[in-house]
Amino acid sequence: MTENQQGLQGPRPEERPHPDGRRNSQGIRIDPEVEAEPDSRTAMISALVEHEPGVLARIAGLFSRRQFNIESLTVGPTTVEGNARLTLIVEEPEPGIDQAKKQLAKLKPVISVGELENRPIRSELVLLKVNGDEPDKVQAVTEMYDGETLDAGPETITVQLTGEYDEIEDALDAYRQFGIIEIARTGPTALARGETPTTPGEKPAAEATAVGVETDGGTETDGSGAGDATDASESQAETTN
Amino acid sequence: MSETAKSPPDAEEESTAEETTADDAASEADDGATPVTDGSTAIVRALENGGVEHAFGVQGGAIMPVYDALWDSDIEHITMAHEQGAAHAADAYGVVANEPGIALATSGPGATNLVTGIADANMDSDAMLALTGQVPSDMVGSDAFQETDTTGVTMPITKHNWFASSADTIGDTVGEAFALSESGRPGPTLVDLPKDVSFEETDNQPGEPELPAGQEPPTTADEEDIDAAARAIERAEKPLLLLGGGVIKAEASDTAREFAREHGIPVVTTMPGIGSYPEDDELCLSWAGMHGTGYANMAITHTDCLIGVGTRFDDRLTGGIDTFAPEAEVVHIDIDPAEISKNIHADYPCIGDAGTVLDQLTEEMDREPDAREWREQCATWKEEYPMDYSVDKDAPLRPEFIVEAFDEATDDNTIVTSGVGQHQMWASQYWEFTEPRTWVSSHGLGTMGYGLPATIGARFAADDDQDVVCFDGDGSFLMTIQELSVAVRENLDITVAVLNNEYVGMVRQWQDAFFEGRHMASEYNWMPEFDKLAEAFGAKGWRVNDYDEVADTVEAALDYDGPSVIDFHIDPDANVYPMVASGAPNGKFALSEDQL
Repeated sequence: MTENQQGLQGPRPEERPHPDGRRNSQGIRIDPEVEAEPDSRTAMISALVEHEPGVLARIAGLFSRRQFNIESLTVGPTTVEGNARLTLIVEEPEPGIDQAKKQLAKLKPVISVGELENRPIRSELVLLKVNGDEPDKVQAVTEMYDGETLDAGPETITVQLTGEYDEIEDALDAYRQFGIIEIARTGPTALARGETPTTPGEKPAAEATAVGVETDGGTETDGSGAGDATDASESQAETTN
Repeated sequence: MSETAKSPPDAEEESTAEETTADDAASEADDGATPVTDGSTAIVRALENGGVEHAFGVQGGAIMPVYDALWDSDIEHITMAHEQGAAHAADAYGVVANEPGIALATSGPGATNLVTGIADANMDSDAMLALTGQVPSDMVGSDAFQETDTTGVTMPITKHNWFASSADTIGDTVGEAFALSESGRPGPTLVDLPKDVSFEETDNQPGEPELPAGQEPPTTADEEDIDAAARAIERAEKPLLLLGGGVIKAEASDTAREFAREHGIPVVTTMPGIGSYPEDDELCLSWAGMHGTGYANMAITHTDCLIGVGTRFDDRLTGGIDTFAPEAEVVHIDIDPAEISKNIHADYPCIGDAGTVLDQLTEEMDREPDAREWREQCATWKEEYPMDYSVDKDAPLRPEFIVEAFDEATDDNTIVTSGVGQHQMWASQYWEFTEPRTWVSSHGLGTMGYGLPATIGARFAADDDQDVVCFDGDGSFLMTIQELSVAVRENLDITVAVLNNEYVGMVRQWQDAFFEGRHMASEYNWMPEFDKLAEAFGAKGWRVNDYDEVADTVEAALDYDGPSVIDFHIDPDANVYPMVASGAPNGKFALSEDQL
């Protein structure tokens, strides 16, 4: 039992010594004289996942509940049956991007996570329906942006465009003069350039086999391609802001 | 085996297989293992393979087949009064026993009632496996009677959850969920069990619980990281060990004690880390954070090298991020890479198992930090800011006095549980903890009502010679008081000390400090008489108003062989101090309301 029985004692808060150091909102020690909140940047993250029911809900839920700012998310099959690739664009300060990658990697169906750096190859597909009043001019713009006319009727013309974000934005500006009626965009998807695997340790499917088969480091030129992965039929794109 | 007789005559291979299984099952049944004939028996067998001895739950339509399979199992099922109680009991059982606690509930309301307990386990990284009944597969999505999207609802609060789709795999799925729950950074898992799948025939024997592929946790930390961290600790002049709940979960308390003593490094714990280090040790400064000791908060403010082990730098620990350990290089040891630099930037991250990494660091360190002056400074703070309270024998009871009376009357291995509120803080401040897994509380989620069901779970996991004492508040106790019926039914030797101030005390304290004393919805103008209520449940009850009754009543309650409740009417104006206001610097803890 307490011996003193005087209640809490000690110097008042303002009488105590206090260090001068400070941390910023990311918990990084900073020079208090210098404002040092990190800027946001945009990161393209690729994740290889097991294509099981609910996997999209798990990922979307994770990003939503941890308030990671997600600009787009696309999903599609890979060379490995039962796997799918997610491509996400995230805008966060540096520690947030790292957090997003690590939290993503913790999800059980997520096999590996990588950030696409150094000019990845990225592309997006866009369908747009424009007013059909000036078919020749529409055709000219479509040719200029390497697009393809999918449907031409008396009232509307539907065009398909592919390319990087900036090209698509330029093209859309050009089509605005005709009156854009509807747009559907897949959101960008991407692969790492050259021999670099898109997610760490990623390997193509061996001949007609599934996950877990040893191959020697991405040197195989297995032509099986995405068509084999018919199970991963779900493909979904989402753009939020 | 009437099902065998129903086999078509041409299915010769199949019936042979079934006979073999039946033989195996018969011989295995001798060791008490459940013979597997359908989804339900596969589930129960998977639990048995995991070494499960107790399960907590509530019956109901969709989970009935699983309960029926439990009829023949050696697993002891404890029927709780409410599913929330089952979840908390399973959670606390897991904390004390160091294995996943099992909670069972039916679909719909059964599953949603588990949610608070699952979320609680998730916040405190407690191993727990929830098994929920579900409407038959072909009715899923039709808004059937007692249907809830349980995997959807529990997705954000589980490590992972599964919707069982086939009896052939259901046993191994339950095994995976069991193994994943306790591996690495523990946490709750859930398997949703549609009734038809539970009924479905199978002879697939589940194996021992196995982790899902790719889920093996890291053990040793990267050598370069260890090297850098070791150098940082060596050159520190004010090193401080911060032991979190992860130390206890990793069974690394002994290693942490050796580490601190060998290198002469003072220790603070987090609240979940209570018990990882003996509080009567001269290096120990008890726990830091909002209601931690003044000396722990001084140490964490002035350290130049903070070695956090198994802690997630929760906001109740850090206070304002900007002023948290502002001079410290941070070494962060954690098994979960995502905790590194989540809240506080780690200058020296070491990802791995707590005990293994501490051993790696000791191995790597060439000398001890030169911390003699710092140790003296910490000792000075202990004298400068003593945890103390004043007693006036004619005034109403001080809650701290009651906590100390219980601590004196019991052994060091006594398990202390609590609800959430002022009483929780007094219990954790004034009980001197020395052993891991003796403090069982709701930390991250802060669930009022956790205390009594957790006490029941802890009692089943505790050794016979361990006392189990619950400190509860009047408000907290009333939230799950129905579980007293379970304690009586099971004749559990537990003691509940209600620190009754007829307030939601912590809210009242905040209203006095920050809301001009406007006691909106925090005053109870009438509380049941808990001693009589206890007697009505069939437990033993006392009411204590005066100091001279305390010691004898505590003794009598502890001696009583069964559930006992003491309703201590304490000073209604007693407050919890020291206190670091939300977001304030730890070093500016207030010793009284006027310092806030």
